[in-house]
Amino acid sequence: MIRLLLARIGSALLVIFGVCTLVFLLIHLVPGDPVEAMLGESARPADRQALRAALGLDRPLAEQYLSYLGSLARLELGRSFQFERPVADLLAERIPATLELTGAALALALVVAVPLGVLAARNQGGALDSGAMGFSLLGISIPNFWLGPLLILVFSLWLGWTPVSGRDGPASLILPAVTLGSGLAAILARMVRSSVLEVLGEDYVRTARAKGLSEAVVIRRHALRNAWLPVLTLVGLQLGGLLGGAVITETVFAWPGVGSLLVEAIQNRDYPVVQAGVLLISLAYVLVNTLTDLVYLWVDPRIRLT
Amino acid sequence: MRGLGVWLPILPLSAWALVVLAGPWLPLAPDHIDLSRILAPPATDSLLGNDDLGRPVLDRLLIGARTSFAVGLGVVALSLILGALVGGMAALAGGWVDATLVRIIDVFLAFPGILLAIALAGLLGPGIDNVIVALAAVGWVGYARLARSQILSLKQRDHVVAARALGAGSGRVLLRHLLPLAVAPLIVEATFGVAGAVIAEAGLSFLGLGVQPPQASWGSMIRDGVGYMLVAPHLVLAPGLAILSVVLGVNLAGDGLRDRLDVRSARR
Repeated sequence: MIRLLLARIGSALLVIFGVCTLVFLLIHLVPGDPVEAMLGESARPADRQALRAALGLDRPLAEQYLSYLGSLARLELGRSFQFERPVADLLAERIPATLELTGAALALALVVAVPLGVLAARNQGGALDSGAMGFSLLGISIPNFWLGPLLILVFSLWLGWTPVSGRDGPASLILPAVTLGSGLAAILARMVRSSVLEVLGEDYVRTARAKGLSEAVVIRRHALRNAWLPVLTLVGLQLGGLLGGAVITETVFAWPGVGSLLVEAIQNRDYPVVQAGVLLISLAYVLVNTLTDLVYLWVDPRIRLT
Repeated sequence: MRGLGVWLPILPLSAWALVVLAGPWLPLAPDHIDLSRILAPPATDSLLGNDDLGRPVLDRLLIGARTSFAVGLGVVALSLILGALVGGMAALAGGWVDATLVRIIDVFLAFPGILLAIALAGLLGPGIDNVIVALAAVGWVGYARLARSQILSLKQRDHVVAARALGAGSGRVLLRHLLPLAVAPLIVEATFGVAGAVIAEAGLSFLGLGVQPPQASWGSMIRDGVGYMLVAPHLVLAPGLAILSVVLGVNLAGDGLRDRLDVRSARR
């Protein structure tokens, strides 16, 4: 058990190191010159040279890589070109909004997907099943950047129930959360359905029914408890999609989170912010997946006791 | 009935494919600016209305289909080939080669895919080629993982051992004896991959990181239309429905293919 735990944490650390390296390579090997982007094409060569030296871009790649790792280890993320402020401060301002949005979307997805999946599984092959699965297919196929504007059109512009954009009170959270959560709800509903179907075929479910438990108790106590393990893993894996989707959803709704900051930074070639933003989101994803695995180890006695 | 499930979604897809192939010979004027028709609603002589520059939305939609199909197919072809070769090589070579490649795959999987594509497309700069490169650089990993697990389960088969005994090299064994057997699950994955790539391209173009004006993309059409949503909702509705019809069709076809190609479930 301890060995398993250490192995999992060790591989997570290795992946984190790999992620940091890949982000460095991404910024430094992809064509496009940050100095050119910052100063414009009309800048004098001497100014360019000075800025290049100030940013350390004139040093060999290996040396830049080492100093990059060093500053990461000291949690120094550099200064934004565009805002001329420390990147860490910029990110810290934006993190709560992104957490709020992804949290709300995740909660919404679970609240929709679990009952929908169970209902579909209970009525396998019936009208409810095909209805739920059709809905799920639609949810997977609708892109965020279309659903968002549609919701704005109907609920903000026509009905006037919610704000069009921005982050101002709980009402402004509704549309972004629905937009971001719909895809996850669709995928989760499918997973809950197939997971419950599988569990319902197990011997212990037959036993539970044979001893006269009501169907509701069988589903809640015996089926769902076992079915939620694969669902939990999927939630961890899909969180990446959620974080990626947040980038687009935040842009649609002008939601002041890390995602919209990142898009803005990419458009302005604000390299330190791009680098730190991509790192932050990816590391959050690695962290959640590692935690999911650890929780899995902890809750599933079939793994814990071996 | 089983056949219908696979073929029905193919219909709208083939219609789009026909439009894409016939594109160069259709009398389309996607860049024709008509200032008297700015934001004009759909009418009999302009079926989907006109956009904020007075350009015909229908013509831009049909030309945009070309962008979607080029990116969808290009990305999947590129990442499928790259992924199958890397995954196959890892499984076949084993040892430290396999361990290293698996680590690299793990690192790529540690990024939310679209995030890496957004960053890459932003740094590479706009253009359809760069969109394809950015999405393939992210997309190959899934195929690599799938190909690796497939080849691992196949490489001890008798016919592979026989081929090796006859002196076939690793490359030949991989290309002639292993990948053909692993192709079914890869094809199913690739079908869903087309849907993902179409959405991703439109997403990048929506963010302004994809295809550049005046070239038409469904994503950039939505981006341009969002500002006029109250006065001209057709600018957002038309390209969105186009994306939905293609993605829904591809996903349905993928579901059908999976059921059909999955030999185990067919026998049950």
